[in-house]
Amino acid sequence: MAELLFDGADWDFDKVRRTYDAVEDIARKECGLDIYPNQIEVITAEQMLDAYSSIGMPLMYKHWSFGKRFAADETLYRKGMRGLAYEIVINSSPCISYIMEENSMAMQTLVIAHAAFGHNHFFKNNALFRQWTDARGILDYMEFAKSYITHAEERHGHQMVERVVDAAHALMNHGVHKYPRKRGYDLREEQRREQERQAYFQQTYNDLWRTVPKGPGTVQGSKDLAERKKRLHLPEENLLYFLEKTAPKLAPWQREILRIVRNISQYFYPQKQTKVMNEGCATAIHYYIVTRLHEMGMIGDGAFMEILHSHTNVVFQPEYDDPRFSGLNPYALGFGMMQDIKRICEAPTAEDRDWFPDFAGNGDPFGTLRAAWTDYRDESFIQQYLSPAMIRKFRLFKLHDDAEAANYLVDAIHNERGYREVRKALAKTYDISRMEPDIQIVDVDLAGDRRLILHHRVTHGILLDEDEAVLVLRHIANLWGYEVRLIEVDAESEMTLREYDDVAPSINLG
Amino acid sequence: MNFIDRRLNPKGKSLANRQRFLRRARQQILKAVREASGDRSITDIAGGERISIPMDGLKEPAFRRAVQGGMRDHVVPGNKDYVEGDLIPKPPSNEGGSGSEGSPSGEGEDDFRFILSRDEFLDIFLDDLELPDLIKKKVRHSESFALTRAGFSVSGSPANLNLMRTMRNSLSRRIALRRPKPHELSELEAEIRLLEESGDDPERLSELRVEFDAKVARTRRVPYIDPLDVRYNRFEAVPKPVTQAVMFCLMDVSGSMTEHMKDLAKRFFMLLYLFLTRRYRHVDIVFIRHTHEAREVDEDTFFYSTETGGTVVSTALEEMKRVIKERYSPGDWNIYAAQASDGDNTSSDNSHAASLLADTILPVCQYFAYIEVGAEYKDWLGRETDLWRTYKVVAKPGGNLAMRKVRVRSQIFPVFRDLFSRERADHG
Repeated sequence: MAELLFDGADWDFDKVRRTYDAVEDIARKECGLDIYPNQIEVITAEQMLDAYSSIGMPLMYKHWSFGKRFAADETLYRKGMRGLAYEIVINSSPCISYIMEENSMAMQTLVIAHAAFGHNHFFKNNALFRQWTDARGILDYMEFAKSYITHAEERHGHQMVERVVDAAHALMNHGVHKYPRKRGYDLREEQRREQERQAYFQQTYNDLWRTVPKGPGTVQGSKDLAERKKRLHLPEENLLYFLEKTAPKLAPWQREILRIVRNISQYFYPQKQTKVMNEGCATAIHYYIVTRLHEMGMIGDGAFMEILHSHTNVVFQPEYDDPRFSGLNPYALGFGMMQDIKRICEAPTAEDRDWFPDFAGNGDPFGTLRAAWTDYRDESFIQQYLSPAMIRKFRLFKLHDDAEAANYLVDAIHNERGYREVRKALAKTYDISRMEPDIQIVDVDLAGDRRLILHHRVTHGILLDEDEAVLVLRHIANLWGYEVRLIEVDAESEMTLREYDDVAPSINLG
Repeated sequence: MNFIDRRLNPKGKSLANRQRFLRRARQQILKAVREASGDRSITDIAGGERISIPMDGLKEPAFRRAVQGGMRDHVVPGNKDYVEGDLIPKPPSNEGGSGSEGSPSGEGEDDFRFILSRDEFLDIFLDDLELPDLIKKKVRHSESFALTRAGFSVSGSPANLNLMRTMRNSLSRRIALRRPKPHELSELEAEIRLLEESGDDPERLSELRVEFDAKVARTRRVPYIDPLDVRYNRFEAVPKPVTQAVMFCLMDVSGSMTEHMKDLAKRFFMLLYLFLTRRYRHVDIVFIRHTHEAREVDEDTFFYSTETGGTVVSTALEEMKRVIKERYSPGDWNIYAAQASDGDNTSSDNSHAASLLADTILPVCQYFAYIEVGAEYKDWLGRETDLWRTYKVVAKPGGNLAMRKVRVRSQIFPVFRDLFSRERADHG
């Protein structure tokens, strides 16, 4: 048996360092984690509130909305209605984890395992993060953003800057490039693709297609339209990008602010899509590590109980009829699935072998998990790994809600017929394109009144929240400088479901 | 691993954001603060305040999907006895998300609640108010002085000796004049003694003796510290603006003043007090109440004990004059007075009161506010009271006597504002 790492609740720097080393040992040797270098920072409750209000970033430009969030959080905290998170971790290299000074030593152990190893590994390895975020550059970029906006405020006045930032924030969710950036062309790759295409064409050649009459579309107007759309790269779903590049009236500094907000939004884009996995990964890792530490006799029973208590609170999932219910808890679902994958690797049932022939019983739980953490996001992860055992354990059922109907319909439950249905539906609820409306800029009448036309491509008949949409349209109009029109179009039938009145700019930003 | 202790980092990083937020929500907060202050007592008006403001202008809109309408699929945990094909009745639609589907965002966003600190509260509460004639009066009445550092001087008291400067001068002078250093002397002395004992080189010995004598003489001529070196810290007396104020509350407590009127008066005094505490480091209050005779009393007696008698306003002014003479010399104190009355006065007293006010009180006062309180439901018919007519004669445009009428609680603040608003201060 190894010696206890610490005794009692108080922490000091020595104990934390010793514990960190012990945790690192397990994380690297037993779990095979691959992490950014760690930087652990001790902060006070007030500083934690600070970090909260500026969406978890240690450096953030000044804006009233962060002040508002701080006031709200502070009020709740003071009233005792809400505790603070034990940690905040930032996807950067070195990976910064904030831990609170109020935490007991047992909690610090948990937090280090959770944030400095769990989240850290996920940030470094998950494909989405690798593709979209630059962990090394983010802190420098935030520093730049902060000082740029401060300078802009000094030069152009608080109010002018505030108007631009307000407008940019309103479009933050629509300032993301959802597809990988263009790469440089590779000659050999191009040749190979060309050959493949040629081969496919020859395989599937059918002379019949030649006889199919050509559709309309040779009209002059639609040709112009196509030409214009092509020139402006329309349709464009990255509204901030479009406005930054194309809005006729903006000053260069205003474009730069749009760019800053857009880049920050892009930075957070992977986090939105990996909540379940990210938390599941961190929770599974801290659970494994502290359990191992306890088994090896490095933490005492008392500390272990304290950790378990807090762990259980975090992964608690109230049922749908519980007053505490507010949707699925990403920690509970994530942790449950990770544990389930481990079980399938180590002790699979016949059912598991049927469902997961790839890895059932392979005896390498961490290898399997690491592969999952690398290549998936929430939607695909659930679609791939949610097992019937988990569906039974959570007693998940699918509810169909048609606004026209008087009742909810229970579509599928945890039975043989329902598993796949439930799994598919659950995966879809984590699909980012289902969570956020699909808004596109489809046309600009450059020759006429320069009106910007946006479409909301409606799926399943779910329209936009009208009051808010009008407010956002006003922001867009202010940035664009001319009128803006929004039309909600059904994505399948192309039918116009609702048209908004044209919104004119309310203030002149120029 | 890096381990960094950030606990000592400067606090209040979010202050700038908070200021931006308060500026943004200014109108709503202003309204909420006014409402909140309406029902508070004199003691806790300045405490921190939890206020709740409507969300207009503070929304952060985004394109969001409507909560209602369309076709949605949910996956929820905790199935007990539902089977495929079961129908669950929807909760009545006007209750929104109170059913099992509870809205994911949880909290309602109609009102935004947060806590204003005491300073923020007062800042907003007393926004745009300025003390009338403040600067002009201050300069005229500045009779107290404060010492501030003003470089160095060659004369002064030993207590102000500046050691650093003195020693620095001394050192440079000693180097410049080549004062022999103590160790040079002692080395020379040692060498002489050595030669004396051995008796080897008498020529060298006599040379050394001459050199030694010269050095000793030089040491004597160039003193270690010369009066030339000495420097003293110099202080200059600068006129200090008077940062203390006294506020006189004068009130008629004769039978004609109802509780309602006293309440109005109290609120006015309260505001004035708050206002003065913002501007002055130290504020005294003197309560003087009067019927046909006047007396200085404490706050409780002033507001709550009852007394009967006639109404002679000049007695209160006399009493105020006496207190000023005894305790608050106009040179040291900024004097403010607020008088509340229902406007009654014994008619024979009017001219006395007017002359007392114009000749004695107003010249020493920064500001004298007269508030005439009326019954809530009384119809005023535009009739002017005795006291109003009397004071009107004294009041000059741009002067430091201001008078207003107040009938209901809600008028207090506008009247106060009116009296102390910035434009007025600019004119003055």
